[in-house]
Amino acid sequence: MPTLAFSSQLINLCAALLLLLSFAMLAQRRVLTLVDLFAMQGGTLFVSIIVVAWSTGQPHLYYSAALTLILKVILLPLILHHLIRRLGAQWESETLLNTPITMLAGLLLVIFAFTLAQPISQLANTVTRGTLGIALAVVMLAFLMMITRRKAVTQVIGFLAMENGLFFAATSATYGMPMVVELGVALDVLVSMVILGIFFFHIREQFDSLDLHNMESLKED
Amino acid sequence: MNIVTLITQLTEVILAVVAAPLLMGWVNQCRAWLQNRRGPGVLQPYRQIRKLFHKDAVIAAQASPLFRLVPYVQFASMCLAAAIIPSLWTGLPFAVAADTIALVGLFATARVFLALAAMDIGTAFGSMGARREMLVGFLAEPALLMVFFTASLISHSTSLPTIVETLAQGRLAIYPSLAFAGVAFLMVLLAENARIPVDNPATHLELTMIHEATVLEYSARHLALIEWSVALKLFNYTCIGLALFFPWGLATGAHSLRDLLLAIPITGLKLLVAGFGLALIESLNAKMRIFRAPEFLASAFLLAVLGLLVHLLLGS
Repeated sequence: MPTLAFSSQLINLCAALLLLLSFAMLAQRRVLTLVDLFAMQGGTLFVSIIVVAWSTGQPHLYYSAALTLILKVILLPLILHHLIRRLGAQWESETLLNTPITMLAGLLLVIFAFTLAQPISQLANTVTRGTLGIALAVVMLAFLMMITRRKAVTQVIGFLAMENGLFFAATSATYGMPMVVELGVALDVLVSMVILGIFFFHIREQFDSLDLHNMESLKED
Repeated sequence: MNIVTLITQLTEVILAVVAAPLLMGWVNQCRAWLQNRRGPGVLQPYRQIRKLFHKDAVIAAQASPLFRLVPYVQFASMCLAAAIIPSLWTGLPFAVAADTIALVGLFATARVFLALAAMDIGTAFGSMGARREMLVGFLAEPALLMVFFTASLISHSTSLPTIVETLAQGRLAIYPSLAFAGVAFLMVLLAENARIPVDNPATHLELTMIHEATVLEYSARHLALIEWSVALKLFNYTCIGLALFFPWGLATGAHSLRDLLLAIPITGLKLLVAGFGLALIESLNAKMRIFRAPEFLASAFLLAVLGLLVHLLLGS
């Protein structure tokens, strides 16, 4: 078995940690812990981007790493904490669907993502191509989280986690997107967070809860 | 040469059997310290076993011969497991006889016999404990197998000494898959040895106990053997964990006497640290409801399978 360079090993470790954190988020009941897990995921992403930038000598990746640090590790978790406090939802925990079954579904998604990414990653010639499957799996697990959750806040966290996965996919497949695109996406995420924050208050005003289940009935009776 | 390996093998087993209650006592002592108590001292399990051996055994009138046999089966299978596990050195002639899968089977055999003995008398607590023990066991076993498979994939062998030799001699490499497997193994260790998130080893409350309920009917020398084998089981599991995930300091390959002698204090030191870590985990966590145990062990299984998948994807 050929031994990889130390930096590739670090990147692989970060990728594995990202996957682990995705599963932890999938199984987490408490909203505030979920936000902390999201911040940790952002932190892991930051470390992995720094390692990629350092090992391949791509200066523009340092900027996107800084962007990740500011936006996903500091700003968004702060906004989410603030929103949850304002909504008075910090002690809420939601009942999940059967956790072992959700986990097994997640496992199947991981297998699917790995097999899907295998031929694609053969085409890439980056040092990080092996981690593409993990990036795809993180995206799919975030999808699964959005599907299985019923509260608005947790669905939004799922959405943000999906963005983490996409960012990681871009880094592992092509050493990151152009700076303009990255800035645009970052701004989009920030703005969507603000708008969704306003939405939370409207939803709660309308239904007296953040449970999106109420929105499924289309007619007022 | 043959005599020498035989002697090392026997020394290893005897050391494991002798030191096992010491590890148990050390864990209990650490727990006592963490709870601001003085604790009974690390030698307490020895005193307990000695006391039990000096008492007269009381056996229920309806007990079948199986009931008398089980403590010996327990103790023997744990001794056999200690012979397979490379806790000090990897040159173990007995280890050729059984690989990791057989080792898991050995633990399963011991568990099945214990459950049978618990149901033998026909008390309600005994059969309840047996059912719970089997529930935990059948969920923990696949996770343990997956952990071993992850390690086997790295070293292309299911023989425990070969796995440990590969892991110990390899250059410093980070295996993400082993990190997953390590967390999964820790969860299995806690569940299989009736430690705190799953079962409370210090409880005597009938409704919450799992392992304790299965041995309620035993007394004197039978109970002593069972307690000894419980300590040996914890010792074995800790040694597997240390050998798989922290294999440094084990005597591998061609042995010189110096290596062999050096391995003993190093393993002792690692066991001290591991015992303290175990006590720390137990002090920081609360016991789960029994119905949360499947969730806990499903997560362990999931982590182990993830380790396997990550290994296949990343090749490391």
